[in-house]
Amino acid sequence: MSDAKPVQADDSEGMSYLDTVKTRVVTVYIPLLLILFVLLFPFYWMVITAIKPKEHLLDLDTHNPLYTLAPTFEHIKALLFESEYPRWLWNTMFISVTATILALIASVFAAYAIVRIRFRGAQITGGLIFLAYLVPPSILFIPLSTVIFNYGLFDTPFALILTYPTILIPFSTWLLMGYFKTIPYELEECALIDGASRWQILTKIILPLAVPGLISAGIFCLTLCWNEFIYALTFINSQEKKTVPVAIVTAFTDGDQYKWGSLMAGALVGSLPLVVLYSFFVEYYVSAMTGAVKE
Amino acid sequence: MSDAAITPSGHDRAGPSFWEGLKTNRNFLGFWFMLPAAAFLVLFLVYPLGLGVWLSFTDSKIGNPGDFIGLENYEWIIGDAKFQLAVFNTLFYTFVASVVKFAVGLYLAILLNNHLPFKAMIRAVVLIPFIVPTVLSAIAFWWIFDPQFSVISWALRKWGWISGNIDFLGDPWNARISVIFANVWRGVPFIAITLLAGLQTVSPSLYEAATLDGASKWQMFRYVTYPILTPIIAVVMTFSVLFTFTDFQLIKVLTNGGPAGTTELMATMSYNTAILGGRIGEGAAISTAMIPFLLGAIMISWFGLQKRKWQQGSDND
Repeated sequence: MSDAKPVQADDSEGMSYLDTVKTRVVTVYIPLLLILFVLLFPFYWMVITAIKPKEHLLDLDTHNPLYTLAPTFEHIKALLFESEYPRWLWNTMFISVTATILALIASVFAAYAIVRIRFRGAQITGGLIFLAYLVPPSILFIPLSTVIFNYGLFDTPFALILTYPTILIPFSTWLLMGYFKTIPYELEECALIDGASRWQILTKIILPLAVPGLISAGIFCLTLCWNEFIYALTFINSQEKKTVPVAIVTAFTDGDQYKWGSLMAGALVGSLPLVVLYSFFVEYYVSAMTGAVKE
Repeated sequence: MSDAAITPSGHDRAGPSFWEGLKTNRNFLGFWFMLPAAAFLVLFLVYPLGLGVWLSFTDSKIGNPGDFIGLENYEWIIGDAKFQLAVFNTLFYTFVASVVKFAVGLYLAILLNNHLPFKAMIRAVVLIPFIVPTVLSAIAFWWIFDPQFSVISWALRKWGWISGNIDFLGDPWNARISVIFANVWRGVPFIAITLLAGLQTVSPSLYEAATLDGASKWQMFRYVTYPILTPIIAVVMTFSVLFTFTDFQLIKVLTNGGPAGTTELMATMSYNTAILGGRIGEGAAISTAMIPFLLGAIMISWFGLQKRKWQQGSDND
């Protein structure tokens, strides 16, 4: 431990001061850059295709495909003003937000009941909800489609608004259970002694303290809804009622040779709202992801 | 404490009536609090799950509820070469994608656990493939894997590594590798970020102690990092296997099961059979047939990893 100076330079990293700069470049920076390149390249490609002029798209030899000197917004303009895209975007947003709100309300009640009311069988209920987390939509969509049809929900937004919470509730209940557990019992006991009802405790004490958990669960649910494909593909038939992921796959994939411009523009515009939301709430996303796994 | 005795004091009524007792009864309250979540899950998850199993024993078609036909659907699909191929594809896809995802994810997590400039930003960027809807990134891969205008073929041609374009999605094994690559690309960020959260809980003093004892980097990973991470690896890999096994979106967009069914997974096959083909009963049998595989996969990744945890005695710390 003679080499004391670097220790102060990075006190958070136990042993890394033993490495030379050269080792670190080879063992850390180069692999990291390679992985980051692979992870990000599809997005770069998406963006560059979306702003390339049509005639450059399929001509890799005269124009270097990796960049464009004549950026154009023709694809994005066509998407926003000449197709039903805004409508699909609105559908996606409306369905995602409504389903998320429904799921959050149900999850708050459920998580509070399991963690704090501790009714008989609360433990088992928690376990069952976790099991529900493990039931994938791919094995449910066939029977669900007959259920949706029998309830008269087929080809309405409610087909998705009512089924998405089943994907969201197990996840957000587990996440919120973790948050509620960290709130001290004493707060609730005081409130009970002061004559507060369970409802008052939940709305005036627990929820304000669990706001970070609610945000984490909320934005994560929103992402899951936005991402959902199989239910939206199966339960919605009319073109104007579709969500972005489904609509884009069914609408732009005709024989057109130059479809790639509009496809990439559609994929780009469809991802942007989530990426913007994500950039504001990175920490909440990470805690949602790691929180639900660690429980 | 039992709050059955504590009734709201500011109330008109003198003694605790039946209603008062009920209002503070745990089981009664718990029932009402659980009701919304339970209603959703029973109506749209438990009931369909049971219905799916039932439908798999009927000859139901779209618009026709069908009659009970026993195991006929299963007998038919087990003898069907397309179904056997789909089972093989699904197992292959799940196994290879999960192993690669785990290896790359763990490696990336270890890299990110280093002291890096712009650490928070890098971590945020790594997660982007996970945030962007799968279908939309799958469309980007579809373009990247284009048989004529693929940028990968272009780059390899420029460097003189290949003479003709690679047919990424038209050749059976190329198609399998391509969809697995896209799946790994999508799954690595989730695994890396969750494992990174686990890595950050490992105390640096353990590594210092190991270094003083003369441990190599590999030994430090093998005997310090890995045992501590095992529980979180078990959970993450269980989820990863589960979602890879039931993958639908990526295949639907990239190959739609082609060429000649070589990338058909059980999920896409059940969709094609039940929704496009209208043979609900048969499709339900295919998706119900996924359940034992899923349970098996969960058992292996769960108990397999838990067992290692005991063997290495990680509960000592």
